[in-house]
Amino acid sequence: MSNSKKIKSIWIYGMLAPWVIGFVVFKVYPIVVSFIYSLMEYPILGDPEFIGLKNYIEIFTKDDTFKASFFATMKYVLIGTPAVIIVSFIVAAILNFKLKGVNFFRTMYYIPSILGGNVTVSILWTMLFDVNGPVNTVLSIFNFGGGVNINWIKDPSFAIFTLIILKTWQFGSTMLIFLSALQGVSKLLYEAAAIDGASKFRQTISITIPMITPVILFNTVNVLVKEFQEFNSAYLITKGGPNNTTYFLNLYIYDQAFQNGNYGYASALTWILLLIIGVLTIIVFKSSNRWVFYND
Amino acid sequence: MGLSKTQRRVNEIIRYGLLIIVGIILIYPLLWMIGSSFKENREIFGTLSIFPSAGHAVFNNFADAWQITKEHNIWFYFANTMKFLIPKTFFTLLSCLLTAYVIARKSFKGKKFVFGAVIITLLMPELAFRIPLYLFYRQIGLLDKFASLYIADVFASSSFFIFMIIQFMRTIPTELDEAAVMDGCNELQILFKIIVPVLKPILITVGLLCFMWGMNDFQGPLIYLNSPDKTVLSVILKQQLDGEAMVSYGRVFAASTLGLLPMIALFFSGARYFVDGVANTGGKE
Repeated sequence: MSNSKKIKSIWIYGMLAPWVIGFVVFKVYPIVVSFIYSLMEYPILGDPEFIGLKNYIEIFTKDDTFKASFFATMKYVLIGTPAVIIVSFIVAAILNFKLKGVNFFRTMYYIPSILGGNVTVSILWTMLFDVNGPVNTVLSIFNFGGGVNINWIKDPSFAIFTLIILKTWQFGSTMLIFLSALQGVSKLLYEAAAIDGASKFRQTISITIPMITPVILFNTVNVLVKEFQEFNSAYLITKGGPNNTTYFLNLYIYDQAFQNGNYGYASALTWILLLIIGVLTIIVFKSSNRWVFYND
Repeated sequence: MGLSKTQRRVNEIIRYGLLIIVGIILIYPLLWMIGSSFKENREIFGTLSIFPSAGHAVFNNFADAWQITKEHNIWFYFANTMKFLIPKTFFTLLSCLLTAYVIARKSFKGKKFVFGAVIITLLMPELAFRIPLYLFYRQIGLLDKFASLYIADVFASSSFFIFMIIQFMRTIPTELDEAAVMDGCNELQILFKIIVPVLKPILITVGLLCFMWGMNDFQGPLIYLNSPDKTVLSVILKQQLDGEAMVSYGRVFAASTLGLLPMIALFFSGARYFVDGVANTGGKE
């Protein structure tokens, strides 16, 4: 190795060093010990004790809260993910109009998303969906017979939807990624289709969607993984209630670990959640062989 | 093509109409909140109006909200947020930039592994690391220190941001670096003098996202910081809500509005880079 090459590789590995340390200390190590903890009884005080699969067995056979929490999470993810994907796709299509000033709307449409899981937003949501709040007022206008008095936050059949609507309201990043994909679809394809007399709707189904399937896949996996870990909205708005209908796994894990100090049990719950996310991600990827179309 | 001028005009109006309606639906909740912070308590509910009724606008909500607790004003809690958020943003930018630069533009042994590791950790839920890191920080005495909220960022722990920067870097021609090597620049000089200026849009985007997500982060401060003198803005707002929702909605709204202002100001200052920057992450390539 020549001297200059040696110097070059010292630079390279030097610049990579922070990441290497980070990868070992903040990724590999936590994942490994987290699995070990999941096989332990690990109380706040006193020594951890190895108990094999006992945590897992208890979760699956005795833990009713886990069951409720699991179903709440699945419901949230399975309704919420398609909702976000569909809404953000439609809005991206609208923002793809060739109009003056459309950039202004792009910025404006992103505003709800910068607020994310902000505490402020949860306050806002609590008020909007209050029995006397604006949402019911709007619904009353359409319901000519009279007032609508849905107690969104406290009614077990509605609470989860307030959280799903909140997530859908914040479609910003997903939408922008769709938008850039839409702008990448070749104009020639549309021109050819227009000559053949295909309607706008037909063009969307036959050209746009097939051409951006890789991005649909990217967005779906991204949203899916995030929704499985939802914490803020449920913690702040519904507090997991009513009747645990919004007690998502991340909340349950938080309570077990940081409220009750059952680090072992919480780690086992975490691993179950990881496996669920992993399995669903794999299903999405596997199925993508059938519907994702790669241009190259 | 075959469209007459009037048809085109009508078409345009319909499209603007659609853009505006969707815009109103999206922004209305925020305007309602800001408007409500100028209302008396009894005026807040049961109306869709953003503005307080004539002659009833009140401003004391903001004065009440400013002195948010008996001990401190809202600025104190905002400053606490900054104590972890500024280092967090700085270290995230620096470490992710270095990592992305090496991965995107250098060939070295183990590159495939490194890139693969970035992608896998990108897909891994953050939740997976929480309990072990908490126990780890407890062991090394980092709990209840602001550093617990950014120590991992010193070591490029955000795969998402690394990935974003890599995606953007790929669009920069390598001839740029080669010319710089000819001129005798070392790697750091190439990165900071040649690459960074071109990366401005994506670095601003990453900086903004990191900052805004950090500002929104509620669970992190809740778990890691315990002493009252380290309470951050997001946590105090939540406590206010619990303690006082029955008393004055206007005050809660005013406090919320104050809490949002920095974010919205920041977003608009970087918005022109930001929208393109986020759009770039889709990874069509």
